[in-house]
Amino acid sequence: MAQSPSRRTVLKCGTALAAAGLLPISIPVRPAFAAEEALPVEEIADGIFAFAGVDALMTKANRGEICNVGFIIGEEAVAVVDSGGSVAEGRALIAAIRAVTDKPIRYLINTHMHPDHCFGNAAFADTGAVIVGHRNLPRALVSRGEFYLSSYRESMGEALMREIRIVPPTKLVEGEEMLDLGGRTIRLKAWKPAHTDNDLTAFDEKTGVLFTGDLCFLRHLPTLDGSLTGWIEQLDVLKAVRANRAIPGHGPIPADWPGALEPEQRYFEALTRDIRAAIAAGVPLADAVKTAAQSERGNWHLFDEYNARNATAAFAELEWE
Amino acid sequence: MNPHPHRTRNARDCLSLVLFTVLLGAFPISPGQAEETSVPESATWSSLKPDVFGNRGIEAASGIIAIDAPKRAEDAAIVPVDLKFNPGKAAGRIKVVTLIVDENPSPVAAVFKFGPDAGVTHLATRLRVNAYSYVRAIAETEDGKLHMTQTFVKASGGCSAPAMKNQDEAMASLGKMKLRVFPPNAPGTEAMNRATEMQLMIRHPNNSGLQMDQLTRYYIPAHFIRGLTISQGNRLIMTMEGGISISEDPNFRFEFDSKQGEEIKVEAVDTEGMKFENEWPSEPSAL
Repeated sequence: MAQSPSRRTVLKCGTALAAAGLLPISIPVRPAFAAEEALPVEEIADGIFAFAGVDALMTKANRGEICNVGFIIGEEAVAVVDSGGSVAEGRALIAAIRAVTDKPIRYLINTHMHPDHCFGNAAFADTGAVIVGHRNLPRALVSRGEFYLSSYRESMGEALMREIRIVPPTKLVEGEEMLDLGGRTIRLKAWKPAHTDNDLTAFDEKTGVLFTGDLCFLRHLPTLDGSLTGWIEQLDVLKAVRANRAIPGHGPIPADWPGALEPEQRYFEALTRDIRAAIAAGVPLADAVKTAAQSERGNWHLFDEYNARNATAAFAELEWE
Repeated sequence: MNPHPHRTRNARDCLSLVLFTVLLGAFPISPGQAEETSVPESATWSSLKPDVFGNRGIEAASGIIAIDAPKRAEDAAIVPVDLKFNPGKAAGRIKVVTLIVDENPSPVAAVFKFGPDAGVTHLATRLRVNAYSYVRAIAETEDGKLHMTQTFVKASGGCSAPAMKNQDEAMASLGKMKLRVFPPNAPGTEAMNRATEMQLMIRHPNNSGLQMDQLTRYYIPAHFIRGLTISQGNRLIMTMEGGISISEDPNFRFEFDSKQGEEIKVEAVDTEGMKFENEWPSEPSAL
């Protein structure tokens, strides 16, 4: 296997140029909020706060604030659900917590591996929070962390990326587990491969609010990075969770439950039907992804950004049926 | 293995134009070479080419080999690439095709060698593409000449990583194979084409092994299909020497001159020395 020793030369050239000041240096852009400014959260239920991210790709301008994040306040302590898409967002989330309570942050729950949900982890380093994740989350971060750190550099910019670290969970969940916040228990459930192979949900037993992570998308096209058939199969199990409201991973908050699952179920059905038909007819992958699920195009934000990718992953998975 | 996982895309992007100029100075192209190489240069390729092909001249493809890949990689882990071969009479048949992803940590994705009477006219597979990169195919014809074609693929944005989606599943069904034989009128096949089209699929994580474990700072060992032989009866169709740039669950769709009634045999070996073998009748499978 031929390797490229001269790539080192390439890199050395780059270093030299950078040292000589010949490279354009990105100018830090003023963040949307100052560091101490609180993320604008709303109280969804008694002691439950959440912030709705924008339906967009992560950028310097939005500081990676594209997913829904939140926190739950117990009698003794606080649990945070997802840290956001940058350390800046993580700090703003901490500021939002501090604006309503001075109780310690006991847990930071990561619903899964994606950068918009856990790039903010490093902000919690000084809070003493234990990071909680799916049993598969550390492995997933190992195989993707370096790629995430480099692939977002262009859109997020050096100023935001500089402080982002891949911080894996230390408390791992397999099956179900309860977190005690004092007079308030949070039921965590680790799912089989669906959106990713490390999806975790958090259910507040006191108010019946379910943080779905990205097992539920509203308005923002679902993205597939785990198993389409696994996701579809587990929708029935998800629906059976007796929640009265949900904080989806993306989309308006709060959402009706289990009605919030209907749009994505419809999309998955269209995608599965079209891809299965293409495979059966012998249509090559590159052609099949151009037409699959186009009937859903008008129903979602970011459809053009993610549908072909979902179709690609779906094709590679369903081909083995 | 020569891991360079720390290369950052922004640095590379900023550098590409500057480097292009710098490298033209650093690696002067002799007038003779320049005439032969009528294809666009890229800085990475300039430094990569001597490692793979030494000082051999490479001509433009001029229809002998054609490459097609999406302009933007939708899923970085699964980028379909399609090769068509039309060597004509002058150059003789294509003996070897080398598939390269310039900017990947291990740029040579695969080397395919075709049997003397296999008559392979079309080959499609799937690649991992880590960053904005040229994907290029170099064909060697019987006359010993090299012919190159390339296409530029923009990396997928954001959270689509060139990694396994369902790691437990990938390992659980390791080595499982599937062969589809397409009927002659299947979509995507040339009308009136008498070649037979088949698709070989192998379950394998084809793990790149280049990711660093954030906790231990050790690199995960690579685990991939390194060799593959497809034959019909006693006749070689093709072999592949593979690398980590071939996607998880390696997938090859190809057209060749099939001899009716002779079985298709496949042997694969991975980097841990595991061997996978299978054989199938060459009649069209139920679709």
